[in-house]
Amino acid sequence: MNALEIDIRRKAFARDGAHIEVVRGLQLTVQPGEFVAVLGPSGCGKSTTLQIAAGLDADFEGSVNYGPGVEDHLAYVFQQPRLLPWRTVQQNIELVFDDPTAHRERIAQVLAAVDLTGSEGLFPGQLSLGMQRRAALARAFVLQPQLLLMDEPFVSLDAALAGRLRDVLRDMLKHNPAAVVFVTHDWREAVSLADRLVFLGAGPATVRAQVNIDIPAAKREEAAVQDRFRKHHAGAFDGAANNAGR
Amino acid sequence: MMLTGEASTGGRLAWTFASLASLLAVWWVAAAGLDSRYLPGPVEVFALMLQEAVSGELLFHVGATLGRVASAFAVAMLIGSAIGLAMGRGRLIDRMFDGWLMFFLNLPALVTIVLCFIWFGLTEAATVLAVAINKIPNVAVTLREGARALDREYEQLAKAYRFGKWKTLRHVWMPQLGPYIAAAARSGLALIWKIVLVVELLGRSNGVGFQIHLYFTLFDVAGILAYAVAFIIVVQLIELFVLQPWQQAATRWRQ
Repeated sequence: MNALEIDIRRKAFARDGAHIEVVRGLQLTVQPGEFVAVLGPSGCGKSTTLQIAAGLDADFEGSVNYGPGVEDHLAYVFQQPRLLPWRTVQQNIELVFDDPTAHRERIAQVLAAVDLTGSEGLFPGQLSLGMQRRAALARAFVLQPQLLLMDEPFVSLDAALAGRLRDVLRDMLKHNPAAVVFVTHDWREAVSLADRLVFLGAGPATVRAQVNIDIPAAKREEAAVQDRFRKHHAGAFDGAANNAGR
Repeated sequence: MMLTGEASTGGRLAWTFASLASLLAVWWVAAAGLDSRYLPGPVEVFALMLQEAVSGELLFHVGATLGRVASAFAVAMLIGSAIGLAMGRGRLIDRMFDGWLMFFLNLPALVTIVLCFIWFGLTEAATVLAVAINKIPNVAVTLREGARALDREYEQLAKAYRFGKWKTLRHVWMPQLGPYIAAAARSGLALIWKIVLVVELLGRSNGVGFQIHLYFTLFDVAGILAYAVAFIIVVQLIELFVLQPWQQAATRWRQ
């Protein structure tokens, strides 16, 4: 049983009276516990696809199906942390539960895992961007997600901080295996995290190529290994990722 | 009253006090200079107020008016907010009822009051309805702005995490609408109590408006002022100790 099956026959936006087709004939399935990175040029419909996958956008032709029980354990990490500014870190995380008092322990555990113990009572405005992102990760993981949808969650962080957050993510996934769809335009980030790369072609978006990654976990972050992998799969990478030089 | 935006609460209170004291002084000097029974001085008015308070009359009439203000306020806020939200969220509803809003915004309070009394009789319900109808369009306009300003990103968050309607309303919308509701409430209170007095003058047998009518027929200016000032004090106390602290609490996270 797949954790997620997406079949978008057509997705169009109306702009200035004209219909602009952003996605056409895009099919994607994700196994339980599988980490899929979706790569593609900016504006190619990656985020739109992810929003459709999350059920945020029902205005499309096609279907989205979740595995049994997946929808109750669905978490989303947005490009911006999107913590509610009028709630503390703790209150933001509690909000994902209907009965937060029953999950106090779990919340404390996850906050410790993202190194935010002691910051529970702070408001998002009092946190650095890195801390906000960690809080957003914590909010996603307290739910013990079976499906985790991530939309460039580490964008606009410096390289060291992004690397640390990738470690946090890997660590969390080790304790809580989840199917992940991770949208990014940074191919190195994708190679270092994913089991499978899905390349989207632009205008309208469709799956252009897919590559499985078999690099051992310990070597994932090594630039030389990543370069070799890219070279080996040049056909798939060609023209697929922006920032090819990074 | 916000003379100095950055000043402490103590400083602000001192300024308010000084301002009111100067008003009293002008009143006192004018009354003393004119020496007419049509402009009694503050001492005379406050003495009468005290006398009415001791006899229980003041409390009875202020209470009656306050009850009507509270009912009309609650009805206007609830219905006005619902209409404003619906119009701010739904384009079709907005277009459909924008004309209605314009009509009711420009309908004179006196017309609503008279019509309500004709259609529904000189009853308490007609009173509350007449006052509420006068305020509902203002609340709706303010809340429509609030609904239009709701952040779509937080709504997506609520949807992604399956918050459901009630949790989204309470924890995602309300904090964003708080400042708009507070603004509608503060201007609402100021408007409603004045209309209630007119309604009481036209069709009730108790309340501050009724008393003012009574003293008007007697040409007793001291009585009119005593009741008016008493009610201003009550409304300002509500403003100072209920609405303002609430508005501040609603926006505290911004600091």
